[in-house]
Amino acid sequence: MALIEAKDLRKSYGPIHAVRGVSFSVNRGEVIGFLGPNGAGKSTTMKLLTGHLQPDSGSASIADFDVVQSPIEAKSQLGYSPEGAPAYGEMTVREFLSFVAQLRGLKDIRKHVEDTLALCRLTDVAGQTIDTLSKGYRMRLGFAQAVIHDPSVLILDEPTDGLDPNQKFEVRRILKEMAARKAVIVSTHILEEIEELCTRIIIIARGEVRCDEPKEVFLQRGNDLNKVFRELTA
Amino acid sequence: MSDSTLVAPSAWTAIWAVLRREFSGYFRTPLAYVFLAVFNAFAISLAFFVGNLYEANVANLDRFFLYHPWLWAFLAPAAGARLWAEERKQGTIELILTWPVTAWQTALGKFLAAWLFLASALFITIPIAFTVGFLGSPDVGVIISGYIGSLLCAGACLGVAAIASALTRSQVIAFVTGFLACFALVMMGYGIFDDFLAGIFSPRVVEEIRRLGLWRNLEPFTLGVLDFRPIVYFLSVAFSGIGISTLIIERR
Repeated sequence: MALIEAKDLRKSYGPIHAVRGVSFSVNRGEVIGFLGPNGAGKSTTMKLLTGHLQPDSGSASIADFDVVQSPIEAKSQLGYSPEGAPAYGEMTVREFLSFVAQLRGLKDIRKHVEDTLALCRLTDVAGQTIDTLSKGYRMRLGFAQAVIHDPSVLILDEPTDGLDPNQKFEVRRILKEMAARKAVIVSTHILEEIEELCTRIIIIARGEVRCDEPKEVFLQRGNDLNKVFRELTA
Repeated sequence: MSDSTLVAPSAWTAIWAVLRREFSGYFRTPLAYVFLAVFNAFAISLAFFVGNLYEANVANLDRFFLYHPWLWAFLAPAAGARLWAEERKQGTIELILTWPVTAWQTALGKFLAAWLFLASALFITIPIAFTVGFLGSPDVGVIISGYIGSLLCAGACLGVAAIASALTRSQVIAFVTGFLACFALVMMGYGIFDDFLAGIFSPRVVEEIRRLGLWRNLEPFTLGVLDFRPIVYFLSVAFSGIGISTLIIERR
């Protein structure tokens, strides 16, 4: 059974068809590299999967729960980090994570918070106000709030955006550690990230899936990934 | 089918968590203290200098409560502007909507936090009640019912403010539209506007319009009457505000 299932998703904003008939499914152990030019419908697709937006037609399910019909069940299985890792700037890292843990309905909040702080290497800044964090810590916090409840589905919108090479390495390391037990979608602009992290590639352009294949097959398409990407999204 | 059972907070856990976060959020910025100071300064000076509380030589607080609809119309939107607008601006609305809690739980938690904040502003004015008690022998029951009425009135204004805040990502716009809407509710039943309406409509229609205004519903409380109708009025405005803001947040 697929942990993430998108069936013919469609969404328009007025006259603009942001997503037109997107379908795919993701199984446990897969890490999907979700690629596409800006404005291709990547973020909209992700928002439809997370239940943040409602589709005009089609359906999305997380762990077999339809995100529109059973939103609470679907959301409880999902960890999501939106683009730019938004958080309440005036709270400290620890306060924020314990707030998230409460809203996730977790039992032993202190333990979950401390474990997540350690996992994401945030313990040093736990008492710091989020507004004062550097970009690297901030992105890791976005990641931390998405994994605090150890969800079976993880959706990350540009989790390594703006990070330096060391920080990128760090985020990828954590992701790889937990990927085997989860279905993961990572949207990214960084084509090299695919080689390192992903098991499968989905490329979306103008609201449609242009390519959905295993990484190995995708890498056969040519040596210059940027060129392959341009051709597929043209 | 799934490997883990449903893990989601109970409704009260969610509401309580949101309430606590929001309420402490007010006191994380100096704005809260400015707000409390402004509310008190206005509440007390309006009562003494405009309402002539002292010169009137009557040991009650109806001249104090008389100005509360104005105060709330201005300050409830100020306190409520951040409720949703801030979430939109920070992008945290995306998180809220992907946690396993319903929008109404979040909306209720937020509303109660803001209401509690307004209640604390009101609470600080209690020395004025002692002042009146010191100068004369007021009816304590009337003063208590006045405070209850004022608090309910604050809740109604806050409900309106919550809708305004759900509609925009700008706190300034949320404040201005919230204020204008509350201002309209205050005007229904106030002197000048009343005369204006009387020129257009029959006295019966004017009376009905008055019943929809804040002042007409607060008045019985200041006289010590805990009437069913105004209580229902204030609470239904407040809860419609919560309900409508929930719908706005959900339908996007």
